[in-house]
Amino acid sequence: MQPHSFDYVRPQTLARAIQVLSENGSRAKVLAGGQSLIPVLKLRLANPRVLVDINDVPGLAFIEERGDQLRIGALSRHRDFEQSKLIREKYPIFSDVASVLGDPQVRNLGTIGGALAHADPASDWGTALLAFKAELTARGPNGARTIPIDRFFKDPFTTALRSSELLTEIRIPKSKAGDGGAYLKLKRKTGDFATIGVAVQLGLDAKRNVAGARIALASVGPRPIRAPGAEKALVGRKAGPTAFADAAKMASEEAHPTSDLRGSEEYKRAMIEVFTRRALETATARAGR
Amino acid sequence: MATKRKKASPKRKSVRPENGGHMITVAVNGRKFTRAVEPRVLLVDFIRDDLRLTGTHVGCDTSHCGACTVLLDGRAVKSCTMLAVQADGREITTIEGLSEHGRLHPIQEAFKAHHGLQCGFCTPGVVLAALELLRVENAPSEDRIRTAISGNICRCTGYQGIVDSVAAAGEMMRPRKG
Amino acid sequence: MAQTTKVFGESVLRKEDDRFLTGRGNFVADMLPPGTVFAKFVRSPYAHARIGSINTAKARRLPGVLDVLTAQDLKDQVGDIITAWAIPNANLKTPAYPPLAREVVRYAGEAVAVVVAESPFIAENALDLVEVEYDSLPVVTDVETATKKGGAPIHGDAPDNVAFKWTLAGGDVDKAFKEADVVVSQRFVNQRLQPTAMEPRAAIAQFEPGTRELTLHVTSQNPFVHRLVLSIVLKYPEHLIHVIAPDVGGGFGSKIPVYPWEAIVCHLAMRLGRPVKWVEDRMENYVATTHGRDHVQYVDLAAKKDGTILGIRARVLANLGAYLSTAAPGIPTILFGFMVGGCYAIQAGRVEVTGVFTNTTPVDAYRGAGRPEALFLLERIVDILARKLKKDPADIRRKNFIPADKFPYATAMGLTYDSGNYAGTLEKALDKVGYEKLRKEQAEGRRKGKLMGIGLSTYVEICGLGPSAVVTSTGFAGGLWGASTVRLHPTGKATVYTGGHPHGQGEETTFAQIVGEELGLPVVDVDVVHGDTKLTPYGQGTYGSRTTAVEGGSIALSARKVKDKARKIAAHLLEAREEDLEFTDGKFVVKGSPKAAKTIQEIAWAAYMAGNMPKGVEPVLDATTFYDPTNFVFPFGCHICVVDVDRETGQVKIRRYVAVDDVGNQINPMIVEGQVHGGVLQGLAQAMLEQSVYDENGNLLTNSLIEYLVPTALEAPRIETDSTVTPSPHNPLGVKGVGETGTIASSQAYVNAVCDAVGVDHIDMPITPEKVWRVLQKK
Repeated sequence: MQPHSFDYVRPQTLARAIQVLSENGSRAKVLAGGQSLIPVLKLRLANPRVLVDINDVPGLAFIEERGDQLRIGALSRHRDFEQSKLIREKYPIFSDVASVLGDPQVRNLGTIGGALAHADPASDWGTALLAFKAELTARGPNGARTIPIDRFFKDPFTTALRSSELLTEIRIPKSKAGDGGAYLKLKRKTGDFATIGVAVQLGLDAKRNVAGARIALASVGPRPIRAPGAEKALVGRKAGPTAFADAAKMASEEAHPTSDLRGSEEYKRAMIEVFTRRALETATARAGR
Repeated sequence: MATKRKKASPKRKSVRPENGGHMITVAVNGRKFTRAVEPRVLLVDFIRDDLRLTGTHVGCDTSHCGACTVLLDGRAVKSCTMLAVQADGREITTIEGLSEHGRLHPIQEAFKAHHGLQCGFCTPGVVLAALELLRVENAPSEDRIRTAISGNICRCTGYQGIVDSVAAAGEMMRPRKG
Repeated sequence: MAQTTKVFGESVLRKEDDRFLTGRGNFVADMLPPGTVFAKFVRSPYAHARIGSINTAKARRLPGVLDVLTAQDLKDQVGDIITAWAIPNANLKTPAYPPLAREVVRYAGEAVAVVVAESPFIAENALDLVEVEYDSLPVVTDVETATKKGGAPIHGDAPDNVAFKWTLAGGDVDKAFKEADVVVSQRFVNQRLQPTAMEPRAAIAQFEPGTRELTLHVTSQNPFVHRLVLSIVLKYPEHLIHVIAPDVGGGFGSKIPVYPWEAIVCHLAMRLGRPVKWVEDRMENYVATTHGRDHVQYVDLAAKKDGTILGIRARVLANLGAYLSTAAPGIPTILFGFMVGGCYAIQAGRVEVTGVFTNTTPVDAYRGAGRPEALFLLERIVDILARKLKKDPADIRRKNFIPADKFPYATAMGLTYDSGNYAGTLEKALDKVGYEKLRKEQAEGRRKGKLMGIGLSTYVEICGLGPSAVVTSTGFAGGLWGASTVRLHPTGKATVYTGGHPHGQGEETTFAQIVGEELGLPVVDVDVVHGDTKLTPYGQGTYGSRTTAVEGGSIALSARKVKDKARKIAAHLLEAREEDLEFTDGKFVVKGSPKAAKTIQEIAWAAYMAGNMPKGVEPVLDATTFYDPTNFVFPFGCHICVVDVDRETGQVKIRRYVAVDDVGNQINPMIVEGQVHGGVLQGLAQAMLEQSVYDENGNLLTNSLIEYLVPTALEAPRIETDSTVTPSPHNPLGVKGVGETGTIASSQAYVNAVCDAVGVDHIDMPITPEKVWRVLQKK
């Protein structure tokens, strides 16, 4: 199957990229890794007039700590996270994501920005970032604005980004002592979307009490969601089996999965409980307290 | 109970006149090619139809099977999930580029020695995917090998011959002592 | 150069590999004759509908479109597609199977029109411009609903959608069930699968008006079958049709049938006077290439309380899809029913199979073709019996095996197994897996809540199709003899022309090994030619694990004829008697006079020169054999699967997989092992992952690799292989077949293991983690 015809531009600067997007509005699509977009074009599920290839735009691929934040450029490839020592040591939740997302060829080209902008309800990146107070930078013709992750995903394949905007950066609070996270994905086989996914990020105090907790779930509705009830069930308690069991149960009740080829609603709910508990155990072990 | 329906297709897409081509220069197996291509042309079709290098294969529509895998600047990518225009200025290695002067690359020798192929259709893709791994790790664990080829589907071998071939290739590619 | 080492039985490296490893394989989709135009098919999105009107005007007007045809345009030009296996005594209905839908579409994916254009892109754009009006009709996709009385059938001449009713019985079944101490019963679903060869199908047809020759390059497992069927469908002289199957990227049965699109492409080439190329994409492959399996089976097993099996009954509904494909009627009957006794000396059995039409893709052979469906139900019901009687599954099997000294063995169902030693492969497998130790571990683990399971699967299967009198009596439209020519050229190199058409199985190497062994030639000096109807003797192709036994058998006989002739010539030239000559290392040597010798190469030259020949011997070392085997061959074995189950999620991990197979003599152990690996994984994939799913409107939901789940390397276990060797007594090489044994054995090994782990009678395939979880929830 071959895509319909379209125009193609490969801007060399961010400004030019934004200009082309502004000029074409919803008839333009951004081409980053292409691992979500090109399959869509091949199946003729979308028919853009112009593709804006942003791979030459400088300064969009980086993973570094700066000040009190971890800053990630939107053009960072999934593979960059697999290979990053910083991520492996201080943000292993993102190593988890990179290792269960797609396959090696997809990881070589696919980008975190592209994955987020694509906004699949099963989005591994979206779910993992929801476990942080993540801030997304969108740049448009009127400058830059910050979109908190909680308000980024609207509907399946729809985000808060305007058609003239480009997602350029993701920032999360820098990892500190007592922080630990994990992303667990239940899938039918390698390369499949999540049947369910659970992202957990904990902050433990010196006494191993949960000072902060964020729990996010994939494939349980039109977009990745937080499980605030489960989070509340954890805060202030000792990180351990009883608290985890309570939080896991809550998470399964806060989710709204639907029955489909990947599993029944009942099973998915039960797995959210199991995976939340397991993710909490892993996150705690990584918190090292 | 019959229901009258009109057109079968869900949405009729308008058919646009062909766009002008973009000039691209791609280095393929060490040789530069300059061609005009339309933006919609997939890299795999450019390789197969324009350059007539048919060793790279098409096995699916949804970027799952990996039969189209080539190396782009040394990295394994699915050429069915890239546009030819994206390859402008880049270096591509296809299966045809592995052997030099008629001599098989060690990985090709290893696949032969360890029965890493049967029908041969998935083979070019899986060899290149494995080669990316072996160029950074020449003694990978079995799990690392299976992960490296997890984007390539084979229906004939059960993967075991492929895994053993890759392990053997790693051994052959290790620098010799002395 | 003389061949000094034995080659038969050696793991000679494959001659095929060089071209595939360097990207120089020649697959149909790689070919692009000058002037080629491209065909694409408009396919119905409705599973069952009356066609109101088809308007092709807009499509025709698109620049670059050469033609758009519907059924009307094919009238009297392209006939209906025929089935080649009209099983007798089954009241078989053979409704019309039009190449393009006429008036009614009967499955989603059926072709309604064909577009031909200057480029594939234009052809694809034109598809959307063909306007088809459909009036939808009720849809039925499953066999049990389809056969309910009173509904409107899919084909007018098949009431209740019954295509056939076939029965096979042996022994006194009623007595067996009356005398039984225990009867176990189970319903099994052997789910529909999509063969998923990695190479999608393709065809290029060319017509040369000067010679009136029609040439078709096609992804076929059997080019001569294509030629024969196409001559009938196209009403075109058989000798003017040239079919070539070049390198074919896997088949697994899905490239046996002759498809409507292949016939239409031929017609288009004749009509347009240009080469016409069609390449399917994967979605098209999934709806328009034959599916496999799709049985619902009700099985009863009668036994004594000591575990002796007295009888078996199976009532089966076999989904055939919307139309009868080439081999379809024989798969769930002939290749299925005769094997339901498996390795056991069961004295009574009855199999009743109803073939059913539904609004789904036609079903035909898929790796194993009937035998997996038989051995699965048998090995599962035997385990259910073991569970009921609280006996070790290994003991029940031992107790019922046909003993090794009883071969050839006439089964109650009517076959004669050629050779076997079922206890031998069982014991070897049990030993290799460490069975006793595992059972101990299992018992201890159960106390701690660990779920570990061991699944045994013993099998015998029928392949090496096959003795012509038998196969034709079952309604198959062709004898299944093997054909070969072995030809030595003047300089002593050899070419083997074979009627098989390997597409991954390695016969370019193993056949060279056969001839190399017989004639003392280096393997590199023997070229194997296949897949071209102009080059080889008539060949029935490669499927049903027949190539080595039957086509290889033919080659052995041809090579022996050549050797016999060479011996005569050597004796003449050496002025010795034939019985005084020894043949070793490629030389005829007079016994006791090592210097009096002639190499096979010297004889080849002498036979070509023909100046000094013995009386009555024709020139040239060349022999042809049409070998009709006297029986099928019956490989057998025992596979054992060990699994660990995560009781919280139901996920199953294969800890070990052991395969001990007996395929008779092995020409190339490396290739044998590769066939076992591939076959096993396909059977495991059925047990773990694969399933064709239709929605209530007859849309195939699993129409891409997103939803149709085939395993990657990370889902595949390491397979430990071993073998015993019990040659086939009637085969010229003592070989059996191995292409399908892995698939025939493995699904039930897995299912037996999981059921053993969680303590349940049965779980239907594919065993998803959810299914396991549900069983555990109930406990």
